[in-house]
Amino acid sequence: MAGLELLSDQGYRLDGRKASELRKVQARMGVFAQADGSAYIEQGNTKVLAVVYGPHEMRASRGRTLYDRAVINCQYSMATFSTAERKRRPHGDRKSTEMSLHLKQTFEAAVMTQLYPRSQIDIYVKILQSDGGNYSACVNAATLAVIDAGIPMRDYVCACTVGFVDETPLADLSHVEEGGGSSLAMALLPRGGQIALLQMDARLHQDHLETLMEAAMTACKGVSKVLDEVVRQHLQVSVLTGE
Amino acid sequence: MLKSKTFVTKTRSGGVMKIVREHYLRDDIWCGSEACTECKQESTVLQKDAIIESNLCVFPHYLLPDTNVVLHQIDVLDNPLIRNVIILQIVLQEVRHRSPPVYKRLKDITHDKDKHVYTFTNEHHRETFIEREPGESANDRNDRAIRVAATWYNQHLKTTELKEDGLKVVLLTNDRANKEKAVEGGLLAYTCEEYVKSLIANPELMDHLALTSKEHNKVGTDKVVFPEHLPLSRIQAGIKSGTFLQGTFRASRDNYLEATVLIQGEGEDSNEVLLKGLPQLNRAVNNDVVAVQLLPRDQWVAPSLVLLQDDGSAKDDDTTEEEEGEKPLKNVGPELARKPTGKVVGIIKRNRRPFCGMLNVSSIKEATRHLFTPADRHVPRIYIETRQAAVLVSQRIMVAIDGWNKYSRYPNGHFVRSLGKAGDKETETEVLLLEHDIPHQAFSQTVLSFLPKMPWTITPEDMAVREDLRQLMVCSVDPPGCTDIDDALHCRELDNGNLEVGVHIADVGHFIRPGNALDIEAGNRGTTVYLCGRRIDMLPELLSSNLCSLRSNVERLSFSCIWEMNHKAEILKTRFTKSVISSKASLTYAEAQMRIDDASMNDGITKSLRGLDKLAKSLKKQRIENGALTLSSVEVRFHMDSETHDPIDLQTKELIETNSMVEEFMVLANISVAQKIYEEFSECSLLRKHAAPPPSNYDILNKAAKSKGLQIHTDSAKALADSLNVATVDGFPYFNTLLRILATRCMMQAVYFCSGMDSDFNHYGLASPIYTHFTSPIRRYSDIIVHRLLAVAIAADGTYPDLVDKHKLSALCNNLNYRHKMAQYAQRASVAFNTQLFFKSRGILKEEGYVLFVRKNAITVLVPKFGLEGTVFFDGKDRSGPKLSFDEEVPALTVDQHIFHMFDKVKVTISVDSGNIQHQKIRMELVEPMIPGVSREIQLASQ
Repeated sequence: MAGLELLSDQGYRLDGRKASELRKVQARMGVFAQADGSAYIEQGNTKVLAVVYGPHEMRASRGRTLYDRAVINCQYSMATFSTAERKRRPHGDRKSTEMSLHLKQTFEAAVMTQLYPRSQIDIYVKILQSDGGNYSACVNAATLAVIDAGIPMRDYVCACTVGFVDETPLADLSHVEEGGGSSLAMALLPRGGQIALLQMDARLHQDHLETLMEAAMTACKGVSKVLDEVVRQHLQVSVLTGE
Repeated sequence: MLKSKTFVTKTRSGGVMKIVREHYLRDDIWCGSEACTECKQESTVLQKDAIIESNLCVFPHYLLPDTNVVLHQIDVLDNPLIRNVIILQIVLQEVRHRSPPVYKRLKDITHDKDKHVYTFTNEHHRETFIEREPGESANDRNDRAIRVAATWYNQHLKTTELKEDGLKVVLLTNDRANKEKAVEGGLLAYTCEEYVKSLIANPELMDHLALTSKEHNKVGTDKVVFPEHLPLSRIQAGIKSGTFLQGTFRASRDNYLEATVLIQGEGEDSNEVLLKGLPQLNRAVNNDVVAVQLLPRDQWVAPSLVLLQDDGSAKDDDTTEEEEGEKPLKNVGPELARKPTGKVVGIIKRNRRPFCGMLNVSSIKEATRHLFTPADRHVPRIYIETRQAAVLVSQRIMVAIDGWNKYSRYPNGHFVRSLGKAGDKETETEVLLLEHDIPHQAFSQTVLSFLPKMPWTITPEDMAVREDLRQLMVCSVDPPGCTDIDDALHCRELDNGNLEVGVHIADVGHFIRPGNALDIEAGNRGTTVYLCGRRIDMLPELLSSNLCSLRSNVERLSFSCIWEMNHKAEILKTRFTKSVISSKASLTYAEAQMRIDDASMNDGITKSLRGLDKLAKSLKKQRIENGALTLSSVEVRFHMDSETHDPIDLQTKELIETNSMVEEFMVLANISVAQKIYEEFSECSLLRKHAAPPPSNYDILNKAAKSKGLQIHTDSAKALADSLNVATVDGFPYFNTLLRILATRCMMQAVYFCSGMDSDFNHYGLASPIYTHFTSPIRRYSDIIVHRLLAVAIAADGTYPDLVDKHKLSALCNNLNYRHKMAQYAQRASVAFNTQLFFKSRGILKEEGYVLFVRKNAITVLVPKFGLEGTVFFDGKDRSGPKLSFDEEVPALTVDQHIFHMFDKVKVTISVDSGNIQHQKIRMELVEPMIPGVSREIQLASQ
């Protein structure tokens, strides 16, 4: 087989998007009542649930208490039914530990932790369906959940993956596209343009890095617009209904 | 942008997997027509007045071909007459999947601005996307999608152009059911044949039509010549379970009933399967990827040593069909020589390009069906349909294969284009270039636009970053008439008594910047091709013969490799630098030799040359002690008539010491550079290796040496070199050369490779652990890449993405290897053609020669005077030949009373056999020893 043509000559990708177009993003906040904050997001076929508890006092390991700010505890997991093949996914395997760590770093940069010394904020994210851009969907879902919990942040953290195919940066990669080469994940605080996390495993020539970063920033800003919309809508609804 | 539904596909990879992908439908995909006012497109492709003279469609119209039309009639679409075509995305995808070569051509066509071909992304358009219905096959769904898109176009164009005879879309399909449904749906649909026939003004298009319709397929008899091919699903299952093997089909050059299939095994081991007999070959054409089934072991046979050519040239169709009561597999061969034998059960991928060749006109006067004989002997003859046979008969033409059904002895094809009159020097050169896939068009304007502007001078900025070596006694030594001088040398004594030697190579990298059109073109060409009397440049003339050429007394940019050596030629220091030089003299090998020998000359250049000469000798000694091989092949040089460019004399090339002097320093520079770039870029260096040949390659050499009572050791390069040095026979001075010629043929091809993709770097012939090409950037692209790597390594230039991408580099290496091989073949073919021209003007010559190979029914004779190799057959077609018996072990061939061994001295006559214009060949016939029935006729002729 000739392999897939990720970007056609006419400039369309496999699913009909253009290079810089995002997948359709749909999100809801406050999906669970028992948690302090929760959100559900769909980025194309990637579906993620995020739940936030806290800030509350340190529970498990009191030894890790920080006296000037809150500890952020993240846990990432994938549902057994989240991929095409059903697979048992044990907690704490290398991949999800790494992902948890990345999420932790991202939110430590965004949440104003110094407001809650000696306390802890728990963020749990679960991938319900995976189709590329898992990290970014998790960050976006968690942002909404943190906002839902009413925890102050410097700005939304918006994340997006971008890839590089045929000398063109592609925004918001789907699973097939991720297989096609280098992909870069970026978490951005859009208003100030600060980068909370930047991650790439593949090899890429340094000349291309700048264009790729630029595309990632644009994509993140696109995501932030959608999230902002979701938050405003949610607030309007909850104010109107008096919840 | 409208967002829509997801669709579900199933694919198989081991098991069944469900794949869910999103599929967005859009409403911002435009129609691409000039006439449209509705779409908000920026540029249009399709013309408003798309008129072509046709008696079926008198109104302006766009063509919309379906997948099969594109696949089979690409030559029609490629014709400049056919314009304003809409290619649907679904068609493009299917073509891509089914035939990469056609896909590539289709892409080229869509990129051609004059063709007005628009690609419509129908699968993502809101109104033309359709879902597959329950019970509908994927093919039917695609056909329906094509019809829906055509309908949409018709309506879309109607709303924009309110007139009655507005633009219409004509669907081209060869599928009857599809056509009927289209007509039912109110569409205009024709088969490709109907449409092309309707083009009144252009009957010649007809010849480009591929034969696909049923009635053409059943020609002549209903006799089934070939077994049926298996369906693809069964082939795939068979390959998976191991009952079938997949491999590349290689037809035998010497015997049209034989072929081998190269099975790519895991890792290194690849096997060959022998195929013998037409039904076993089963319609595979050279280079196809086929599935073969092995025969039971007791049916295995040995490859025959008979040379068999399929040249029933003048006979018409019927007799050739009769003729193929081909002898059954009777020569089973000795037990040992038998090889795995199999038969083709199916063709997985057809790799067929258009072939050059000539037409054998049918003996029936009004016939439109003729047999075409390709110039490439690996390819079978092809039936084509044409009305211009009388015109084409004396021309070289190109023909493409369309298909091959089981009733037909030969494949069906169609005429692509004519190249010119056969036998003309230009036509033959064109054929040669096409057959060897050598890009030889003039450089395009875009490419030329990247050339430096004239008048060009070295700027102060250049000088600032380069070392000024203009005062050095640099000179170049090349063959006479050389205009692309890429290397120059110097040597001088340093104050500390050591010697400084510099190799200065034209700095082509300065002029060719990575990634521009010039660079891409050069990378594609890969190498300059030298034919007799013609050179096909890799770089435009301005660079190759002027700005880069290190001519004498002009300042040129160069890339220098400078060593400090002691008088024993041991390297003490190596450095590389970009520099500016001014060569003091461009010498030929002979001139340089004269200066060295002439004791009265004592100028700087001569001193420099003498120093180089002395060092080169020490270097050569060291290299030979390390086990470098000195091999031999006879190369010839033509003296061309300056007016007609016909060869007037033929000489074997002579080597002078200065040849080897220059060569020695080039090898040294290449090795030094290879070490440096590998040090810096262990993953992505472009290197060159020469693998040691497998021991079995030496069989023929061993047998040959044994026949003269000598022993050749082939365990290592050094052993081989040593035993070749001592292998001499008294009173037979040419013997050693013959032996070296044989040894050369045992060798493997040297290849370029990317250091990150391979672990074995050894260069066997030069006995160097690492090697690359650095010294000829004007005529080899590999050297340009090496220059860039080295420039980065010494921080003289920046890197760029493709340079450090080992996969891209590896792909480039493959192209370069292919181009080099083809250039070599083309060169040989050109020599052969000119040899023919030469002997044609000479009549019959009588010369002395040596037997080089002994075969079952023939001997191969080398005539050293002309470097000419020819075959003397003992079993003529028309007469029953003399009694032959062949002993493979020695090898020796007994013809009546006389026994032929390898290296026997014989006398032959040389003449040109123009009985077949297609393959004019040199005919050699035996004069001495006299064998009745073989040599007699020639004696008469020469008297």
